[in-house]
Amino acid sequence: MLKTMYDKIWGHHVVEDRGNGMALLYIDRHLVHEVTSPQAFDGLRAAGRKIHRPDSIIAVPDHNVPTKDRHLPNPDPMSTAQLTALEANVKEFGLEYIPMDDVRQGIVHVVGPEQGFTQPGVTLVCGDSHTSTHGAFGALAFGIGTSEVEHVLATQTLQLKKSKNMRVSVTGILSKGCTAKDVALAIIGAIGTGGGTAHVIEFAGPVIEALTMEGRMTLCNMSIEAGARAGLVAPDAKTFEYVKGRPYAPKGGQWDAAVAYWASLSSDDGAMFDKEIVIYGSEIAPQVTWGTSPEDVVPITGYVPQIKSFADPAKQEAVEKALAYMGLAEGQAMTDVKVDRVFIGSCTNSRIEDIREVAEVVKGRKVASSIIEALVVPGSGLVKYQAEEEGLDQILVEAGFEWREPGCSMCLAMNPDKAGAGEHVASTSNRNFVGRQGPGARTHLVSPAMAAAAAIAGHFVDVRDL
Amino acid sequence: MEKFIKVSSIATPFPRVNIDTDIIIPAKHLKSIKRTGFGEHAFETIRFTAEGARIEDNIFDGEKYKGAKILITGDNFGCGSSREHAPWAIAELGFRCIIAPSFADIFAGNCVKNNILTVELPQEQVDALVIAAEAGHQIHIDLNEQTVCCENAFYEFEYNPTHKEMLLGGLDEVGQTLQSGAAISAYEDKTKMMTPWLYRG
Ligand code: SF4
Repeated sequence: MLKTMYDKIWGHHVVEDRGNGMALLYIDRHLVHEVTSPQAFDGLRAAGRKIHRPDSIIAVPDHNVPTKDRHLPNPDPMSTAQLTALEANVKEFGLEYIPMDDVRQGIVHVVGPEQGFTQPGVTLVCGDSHTSTHGAFGALAFGIGTSEVEHVLATQTLQLKKSKNMRVSVTGILSKGCTAKDVALAIIGAIGTGGGTAHVIEFAGPVIEALTMEGRMTLCNMSIEAGARAGLVAPDAKTFEYVKGRPYAPKGGQWDAAVAYWASLSSDDGAMFDKEIVIYGSEIAPQVTWGTSPEDVVPITGYVPQIKSFADPAKQEAVEKALAYMGLAEGQAMTDVKVDRVFIGSCTNSRIEDIREVAEVVKGRKVASSIIEALVVPGSGLVKYQAEEEGLDQILVEAGFEWREPGCSMCLAMNPDKAGAGEHVASTSNRNFVGRQGPGARTHLVSPAMAAAAAIAGHFVDVRDL
Repeated sequence: MEKFIKVSSIATPFPRVNIDTDIIIPAKHLKSIKRTGFGEHAFETIRFTAEGARIEDNIFDGEKYKGAKILITGDNFGCGSSREHAPWAIAELGFRCIIAPSFADIFAGNCVKNNILTVELPQEQVDALVIAAEAGHQIHIDLNEQTVCCENAFYEFEYNPTHKEMLLGGLDEVGQTLQSGAAISAYEDKTKMMTPWLYRG
């Protein structure tokens, strides 16, 4: 029988078939951070259970680490309690831990690939929905809740129902100024935030093949915003090249065996998908969101939609609420929306390529005086180091950006990096939910280049015109 | 875990689409290292003003729906983050069952682990239940029979058999899986040969 990549990876990991599409699935890799793990470790302790395979785990703090003044005591006692709990837990259970002062520290979804921990064909989980990022390598990677974190720690498995297969093909070529982020937003705009529910999405087609590994990570990162359980891209020469030589990568004779195995994972020609979507890559323009759901998105050349243009009454009501929250009017041109704050970072767009894109746009220019704050938060200490080697931090600082230490930062505002009520934020993160970047904050999701252009102009602009 | 069989109660109608986990429990409240204490912050933007004052007669705290164990809501409920704090917070508000046209996958999975039943019904049936809830009618949910009934409506719903067994039996999933220890070891022995690079030390 012809199989999709998802069918193959799933099949390779079934420990026990439980019928009804349910299986006990083996988990190869587990990333742990401070927010969703303390209750899981407590559960283990309470039941007197051990961790099944400590060698399958890397723990790293990211969600509420400060991005500046790290030498000072953390002003937030609750954050400190979570960070201390993680440290105590990794010590007690003997796990590999990357502390805050280590150059490898960063957002879990940036760290995993950098360490070669993320590899094609593995099952990889983390108590965080954007675990879908790792699907860029052809890994079956998905977010889990805290009870499941405990289940994986204790048993190395999860009891799961197999999802359905969906393929999103992006044809043609991307026009200049368009990035993986624009592809991700355009797909979500087309299929909606529920478009991928109960499915695993395989991204395919010439545009996807042409993306760099960073770009593929950005795209797979946002598959959760399309409602999918996970995203996948078939591993190819670019993937192998990226993994090669990293600390966790297969070494010596095992490398060739691994590559041969990885190359066998792509979907068979003619394999059936339960749902197929085709997007024309050449029609994608830089995207910007106007509402409070990632599906509320238009091209930068577009306008805030009319409420009546939505057929579903429930959606009309949601749009009305969203526009009131965002302080936008129907029919307003997106380029008329003023920006108060800029955030470049998050597991969606904080890799070296993203920082390079920003530097290219802002080089020799200045952040508009009306901008309260423009932050660049690299995804990891290694990204930060690399950017500094290339002198990118200088370009950014000269333009008026702040250059910070790695972490999740204003993506979810659990640390001191927040936007104020009513402020419009050009953000390279993945969620524009109500209050996500601070109570009352108005998030607009964009690519790094678009965020950089907005910082310079003081309002949204088409980066292609700059 | 307590066994789940039937729930009979009035229901809180909250028919909004795409309710995300940031609305259910905002990130700033995720800093606790415990499993409890999230209920008071659940649906914060709906229950409290930006200054922190309780909004008069909001559906979660008002007299009308006090004691409701059932929440009726819109499409794609629970989308967004994987935080299990969302079902913890909902459970603390007293809900044991959520009815909606559809749920986000991770959220629905987290509910099972926390003894909350998610019932998917077609939009028209959900709409009818919203009207019944607003009228203050009792709604009866029977997991064993997989039925929802109230006044003169009677609906059947689909539910994952494995999850049903877990909820009905009040099972500890980790304990249950550990009984498959031999199968897990056998799997590891096999893959140590096939993909040895995934094992260290
Ligand atoms: S950067 Fe944002 S989306 Fe990514 S893991 Fe951190 S909080 Fe989650």
